[in-house]
Amino acid sequence: MERSSRPFGYGNGLRTLSIATVIAIAVTLSLVFFYAPLEAEQGFLQKIFYVHVPLAIVALCGFVLGGLLAIQHLRTRDPRWDMRSYVVIHMSLIFAVGTLITGSIWAKGSWGHWWVWSEPTLVSFLIIFLLYATYQPLRFAIEDPERQARYASVFAITAGAFVPLNFLAVRLSTEYLHPRVLGSTSNLPGSMALTFLVSLGSMSLLFTTLCKYELTAKHTRSQLRALRRRLSGEHADAPRARSAVPAIQHVAAASTRASVRSVP
Amino acid sequence: MVATILSETPALPLHTAGKYVAGAYIVLFAIVLIYVAIMAIRLSRIERDLGELLSISERTGTGGPHTNPAGEQAGAGTERQDQQPESTLA
Repeated sequence: MERSSRPFGYGNGLRTLSIATVIAIAVTLSLVFFYAPLEAEQGFLQKIFYVHVPLAIVALCGFVLGGLLAIQHLRTRDPRWDMRSYVVIHMSLIFAVGTLITGSIWAKGSWGHWWVWSEPTLVSFLIIFLLYATYQPLRFAIEDPERQARYASVFAITAGAFVPLNFLAVRLSTEYLHPRVLGSTSNLPGSMALTFLVSLGSMSLLFTTLCKYELTAKHTRSQLRALRRRLSGEHADAPRARSAVPAIQHVAAASTRASVRSVP
Repeated sequence: MVATILSETPALPLHTAGKYVAGAYIVLFAIVLIYVAIMAIRLSRIERDLGELLSISERTGTGGPHTNPAGEQAGAGTERQDQQPESTLA
């Protein structure tokens, strides 16, 4: 009985993950400020590298992951995959905002300008951000939950494929003005590379923890809504108010449909 | 003890770059802090909704596992709870 009231266990391991994230971030900050040496050219300003670049990498990987989860949703028609894709893209957008702000601060300190339009890496990241900024309005524009989930998945797959293509195009065409990370990590001194990798790991942990929090909160809300409907005598399939958030109260019905479809 | 640790740690060469580095790290913390604040608001809303649902279930008598399907009052169901604890576990 207890198990059936928490069928997906989104909240499982959340406490451990939260503690691990806090410890990882504390270790990262210690390494950044007290272990990693000062860079010869930029000096103390280069410390922004340890927050800006991991934020950008995690955000871009999150967008791609959102696309992969959307593929899974289209394959199975299970709304849980749509919810995961939605949450991952939502969180990646927040990380992308952080990337843009920290990047602007770094640009101001390094180049004297908040934004440089001639820099392809900056502009391409902004394009990706603006592309994904249309994801939520797209969802909100479609009232029917199933159609909304399907269209959003198609968008997530297309945009997710655009991210690595865009990254490659920029790398091939750039004049190498922007600090290169993936190509030059081997050129970093060992202490800098270690700090960077730890920072990347802690950002990934933070991303995972926040996604799990979001999934747990959304699932709890949807369970509460379902319970309210049941208590007020409303039918479970009654139309819900328009929302950009995926409808997962129909999970049981959709899972049944998916299993019936998979039977030959 | 804190003073000893601080005296042992190397001084950070802040110079003019200090404000930019501080700004970048504050942005990260602000994002996390805003998120935690939003989660706290959501949690309080969930708590309020749960309270409402609990009061609705008490009024209608449909919430507990001891409710009689024939429409028995919640109070009567509570009495049964004391009498038949084994049947609810089964």
